[in-house]
Amino acid sequence: MNRMENLYRQIIMEHYKNPRNKGLVDDERYNKSHIRNPSCGDDVTIQTLVEGGEVKDIRHEGSGCSICCSSASVLSALLKRRPVEEAQYISTQYVNMVSGQSYDTDVELEDAEAYQGVKQFPARIKCATIAWQAFEDTLGGDDDE
Amino acid sequence: MDLDFDIRADFPVLDDETLVYLDTAATSLTPHRVLHKMNDYYRKYSANVHRGVYRLSHEATELYNDARRTVARLINAEEDEVVFTRGASNALNMVARMLAPYIQEGDEIITSELEHHSHFLPWQRIAKERGAKLIFVPLDQNGRIQLQAFKNVLSPRTRVVALTHVSNVMGYLTPIEKITELAHAHGAYVSVDAAQSVPHMEVDVKRIDCDFLAFSAHKMLGPTGFGILYGKRKHLDAFEPVEFGGDMVGIAEKDTLTYQKPPLKFETGTPPIAEAIGFAEAIDYLEEKGLETIREHEKRLAEYAHKALSGLEDVVIYNKDADAGIITFNLKGVHPHDVVTVLDDDNIALRAGHHCAQLVMQWLSVAATLRASFYLYNTRDDIDRLIESLKRARDFFKDAGL
Repeated sequence: MNRMENLYRQIIMEHYKNPRNKGLVDDERYNKSHIRNPSCGDDVTIQTLVEGGEVKDIRHEGSGCSICCSSASVLSALLKRRPVEEAQYISTQYVNMVSGQSYDTDVELEDAEAYQGVKQFPARIKCATIAWQAFEDTLGGDDDE
Repeated sequence: MDLDFDIRADFPVLDDETLVYLDTAATSLTPHRVLHKMNDYYRKYSANVHRGVYRLSHEATELYNDARRTVARLINAEEDEVVFTRGASNALNMVARMLAPYIQEGDEIITSELEHHSHFLPWQRIAKERGAKLIFVPLDQNGRIQLQAFKNVLSPRTRVVALTHVSNVMGYLTPIEKITELAHAHGAYVSVDAAQSVPHMEVDVKRIDCDFLAFSAHKMLGPTGFGILYGKRKHLDAFEPVEFGGDMVGIAEKDTLTYQKPPLKFETGTPPIAEAIGFAEAIDYLEEKGLETIREHEKRLAEYAHKALSGLEDVVIYNKDADAGIITFNLKGVHPHDVVTVLDDDNIALRAGHHCAQLVMQWLSVAATLRASFYLYNTRDDIDRLIESLKRARDFFKDAGL
């Protein structure tokens, strides 16, 4: 597998072409976060429905490169129907993985494992994490931005 | 005459023979000569300017002042019309701040969608503060500023005309001399963003007759963090400084001060001394090669690249008739970031994004583009390598189903 194939795994391209949970809903119960990367124009909106401590639904919309758009789809499939704390924990492990930091390898990242190659492309880490940041924002954790 | 330069050896970054650098519109490479000159300052006469009466400070001051003379000569300005700044963005912001007190409610500021953020956002801000109106020159179908379109928006309320000389995305040359003449006939000030023109062609501020003109050192073989604001002497005399402190002040008392004469009036604090000296060396280097010769070289490269890119299936070029060595394009169906990652894998440096010019992107109705830009160190080989890599990117993403 060459460097390009290592980055652009089939699963990633598949999610890019056929995104899951795409399209926002007009429902006040959802929390929404919109992040735009001002340097490249990647633009992601994540909506989550949290009820009874569980992430009941995740929707996404946006435009950008394949890494950015596909990761929003992968995130929605992976974290839907999880307890908030677990979803938060998995998200942190994913972000650590793609940015080359240590992470809990016991966590099942499923399709998100495919983004392992990103850490070898520092210029693309932002693309791979922007949707996840938006997701974490919808959980209302960090209010520092 | 073969206009290709054999100068790769002058640029340390190009010691990596596999590197193809096509992002000069963002920042240029720096030759050994410039680096040595800046190093010399820190190694041999690292003293402050305009202060010490000892030999080292005198030496530093001499070279620093020489740098101002070199810049003045380059653009045919007077020495006291050349203000040293932190870069073109800083200079353009200063112009907006200097003119702000003269903007009345209902005044009009003419700008364009081709502007870099640094020339449009300061005026957007001033317009809001002063209750003025921001007017955009309608671009023609290719995205150019045409004289007639400018005439149509010019009015007795026009107070400022803030336009780019050469667009950093489209590579179009604005008919700035005629625009300036018309603007002056209406009593408006003209501010020119020359960040993409001065490095690539002979620019004469007296011929343009603009009131202000700005450019950056790092786009023309010089250091980052340094740039030039040219202002007509009468304006620099009349307008208030925008920053206060050491160097710009004459006599300071508890509740009053006098200013130094321009350009010092607009320069406060210890300046970037090594940068000024390095920039002068960069100008000397460019003048030895000849700016018009460089321009011809870039033009030929751009023609060659346009031809090669046009022959490539799935490439969309947005500025086929560019006047400068800038080509803005996309690979159909593939996001520019994905393309540029493949190019990077082949050690080709190219810009992908909105190039600090989101209004142009909106005008083109695209989120982002690829941009290749050329300078004197680029060759036809660089373009051949680019084409090969683009083919690889196209095939790779086709195989992936895009």
